[in-house]
Amino acid sequence: MGLPLMMERSSNNNNVVELSRVAVSDTHGEDSPYFAGWKAYDENPYEESHNPSGVIQMGLAENQVSFDLLESYLEKKNPEGSMWGSKGAPGFRENALFQDYHGLKSFRQAMASFMQQIRGGKARFDPDRIVLTAGATAANELLTFILADPNDALLVPTPYYPGFDRDLRWRTGVRIVPIHCDSSNHFQITPEALEQAYQTARDANIRVRGVLITNPSNPLGATVQKKVLEDLLDFCVRKNIHLVSDEIYSGSVFHASEFTSVAEIVENIDDVSVKERVHIVYSLSKDLGLPGFRVGTIYSYNDNVVRTARRMSSFTLVSSQTQQLLASMLSDEEFTEKYIRINRERLRRRYETIVEGLKKAGIECLKGNAGLFCWMNLGFLLDTKTKEGELALWDVILKELKLNISPGSSCHCSEYGWFRVCFANMSEKTLDIALKRIHEFMDRQSGF
Amino acid sequence: MRLIVPLQGVVQGRGGLFVGSLIPCCLFYFLQLYLKRRRSPPPPDSDSTELPRTSSRSSLFTRGNSIGRVRVSSRAAPLAKPPDSPYYIGLDRVKTDPYHRVTNRDGIIQLGLAESTLCFDLLQRWMSENLMESLMMQSDVDGGFDVSSIAMYQPFEGLLEVRVAFADFMSRIMGGNVSFDPSNMVITAGGTPAVEVLAFCLADHGNAFLIPSPYYPGFDRDIKFRTGVELIPVHCRSSDNFTVTVSALEQALSQARKRGSKVSGILFSNPSNPVGNILSRETLHAILSFAQEKNIHVISDEIFAGSVYGDKEFVSMAEVAASGDFDKSRVHIIYGLSKDLSLPGFRTGVIYSFHEDVVSAAKKLMRFCSMPVPVQRILISLLSDTRFIEEYMAAHRQRIRDKHFLFVEGLKQLGIPCAESGGGLYCWVDMSSLLTSYSEKGELELFEKLLSVAKINATPGTACYCIEPGWFRCCFTALADEDIPVIMERIKLLAESSTS
Repeated sequence: MGLPLMMERSSNNNNVVELSRVAVSDTHGEDSPYFAGWKAYDENPYEESHNPSGVIQMGLAENQVSFDLLESYLEKKNPEGSMWGSKGAPGFRENALFQDYHGLKSFRQAMASFMQQIRGGKARFDPDRIVLTAGATAANELLTFILADPNDALLVPTPYYPGFDRDLRWRTGVRIVPIHCDSSNHFQITPEALEQAYQTARDANIRVRGVLITNPSNPLGATVQKKVLEDLLDFCVRKNIHLVSDEIYSGSVFHASEFTSVAEIVENIDDVSVKERVHIVYSLSKDLGLPGFRVGTIYSYNDNVVRTARRMSSFTLVSSQTQQLLASMLSDEEFTEKYIRINRERLRRRYETIVEGLKKAGIECLKGNAGLFCWMNLGFLLDTKTKEGELALWDVILKELKLNISPGSSCHCSEYGWFRVCFANMSEKTLDIALKRIHEFMDRQSGF
Repeated sequence: MRLIVPLQGVVQGRGGLFVGSLIPCCLFYFLQLYLKRRRSPPPPDSDSTELPRTSSRSSLFTRGNSIGRVRVSSRAAPLAKPPDSPYYIGLDRVKTDPYHRVTNRDGIIQLGLAESTLCFDLLQRWMSENLMESLMMQSDVDGGFDVSSIAMYQPFEGLLEVRVAFADFMSRIMGGNVSFDPSNMVITAGGTPAVEVLAFCLADHGNAFLIPSPYYPGFDRDIKFRTGVELIPVHCRSSDNFTVTVSALEQALSQARKRGSKVSGILFSNPSNPVGNILSRETLHAILSFAQEKNIHVISDEIFAGSVYGDKEFVSMAEVAASGDFDKSRVHIIYGLSKDLSLPGFRTGVIYSFHEDVVSAAKKLMRFCSMPVPVQRILISLLSDTRFIEEYMAAHRQRIRDKHFLFVEGLKQLGIPCAESGGGLYCWVDMSSLLTSYSEKGELELFEKLLSVAKINATPGTACYCIEPGWFRCCFTALADEDIPVIMERIKLLAESSTS
């Protein structure tokens, strides 16, 4: 990890007490541009009336488009009941004491049913295979602890969510070896790229323990094709490694029919030795717009992983209060069906608005069909097609346009000039203003 | 494949009678195993014990071709096995046959879980009057409910308001002579992640913490599992009422160094668990001086600070650290509301550190275990209701004191003494007079008899690394007054049957 060796200290001379490698390491990545833009936003946040020329946050993948649906549900249904469950206030007692890492059965059943609904019933989820964690961040880290030892590697297709560098590596000591994808085939994973990544790891004497994908992809905003999933599973079987599918945006696919979950592929497989290498991560932070609740899950087809993850989840339990509140909401199928449908529709419209708006400004995006962001190509604006060139452009966009967007290099994209732009964490009016600023910038560019 | 299936599920199924005899057999089996393990280090690659292993066993595979069973990491493998500590065995056993004073009078009475239900009436009243308001914040725009106040991403270390509320609360319950700075505080989802995050920040894999024993069995899991940090017990004796001494710390440290172990810090609980001691200001001072001299960290787990019922005054290590004689940056405090406010289900933990870089690292680690925003809103409201908190804490302390008196008196009548304690939700009971042999083996046999014959789950000292056999931790704060004579009667019967 490249840090100075810890020396034997004599008792009195240098009395500054030592910290661990984990504490001093910069694997948390918060010095990267991905986070630097956030700091700029924190210092000068756009606000419609009070600060209209402030920085617009387009680097945070948060879903605010369907808050009204949540609000009307919470106001209409007996809120008292949701707090305590069917027992009403006397249910508080169990709620206050409940800290079983199995999680509330009613909540797991509600999660299983919600996940099934999102996949249009094309896969079934067993509530007893659901392990609850305080967010998908914790779920990904936990799975990494379970599937890999320090210095082992997970293969992750690029471009990928910058947070993985921290979530998968920081405390676990596990490495990430990238599977390089490029725009020639819309950044889809190819068998050749998989083999190459595996070989790269082997050449460096690194043991590969699994492949971790995000489906739909962050930052691409596109679903992974069924054929690719099948190839992936095949690859994992041949190499005898795990397959983790982070499906945190599965409910944010604009047209439900375009999403294939790895669960559907596994549904038709009986062979345990194939199934049990597959694990799915999910959360309510994106689809339900509830990141503040800290609700994540690991769904595993491997009994051993379920058991182990459950025990390890003591370090990251979901509050009983949260489980109780959400259990009733998620098992209300009428509500969830309506929510999922309307949410998809609104995201699709937002996506179309931004892509159209960018097109009018002469900017192309990758054809996307999911998520809270689009993958924009500004390669033609770079002075040099290098990381420095990309970061220079990013800096201009941040300082001049006051837009915080995420540069592709922070997502380890091997092609320079791509940027992830989030569109669901703001009002339509704010989105218009952002597009206007981009238009004006592009007009100024062509003026040269 | 699993040797012990989830007991609750099985017992509730059809196999009642069969399982009823299977369970004690399995438990005896595990006890023997546990004893074997404790007596001598296990031989490497010992496969003679049929504990469930990871899925790498090729005999389980039906396909004739070359697909292997996929493996988990070596650090996950120990977690796949059923827990072998009597602490967990006892907790699991109660689940199979829990006592209920109306519906299951012959069930196993739980004395192994440090939880209090004594003031639920007060909490429930507060919740029914205030919960909705504290959660359903009004929108400025239309006065309707604004879900964004609880739904959106917030700083993972906790809202400033919740840290302010905790700082204020902790100051009040810890005697009022110590103040906590909210910017040194990080809020997390429980005492368990609080301890683990601190361990990750203060020690590397393979380093160690000194820990006065007997200690809380959960620390083995909380500290060691993922960090790889070792715990080195520093044995305390009944002659000192199990209070740690500097000479014991010295000895443990030099032995550790001889073995090549790097000690990064001292971890202790105050009030102590399982004994229930309140550490005096002098002892705290001595521990901190020792740490300063050896240039190591001090972690003070003060999770029972508000559950003090004796005459001795509780002093926080934060107060001693701030007294000016020491380099404060080596001092770290853990707190949470699971014990003092009876809210373990909510998952509330606090890391308080005087070291800027530790606070900074801990903040970043909170993304893995942060407290949900709705819970923060509830706690802001609850902890700042000073009138209610005063009423609650006074009742909490009084009711523990009363229950403690009844319980200890009951044991006294049976000729069973307890260690002196002034805090916590339990007492440390000397049952050595009931042992058939004054040894670890004798103690574990008594533990099993208590479970299967007297039907009481009490945590044996061995699980807490107590060096003197015969001590048991009994938690009494989830008992009704009428449960106590039932318990005493059962112990009496057990005692009589062992002498006959």
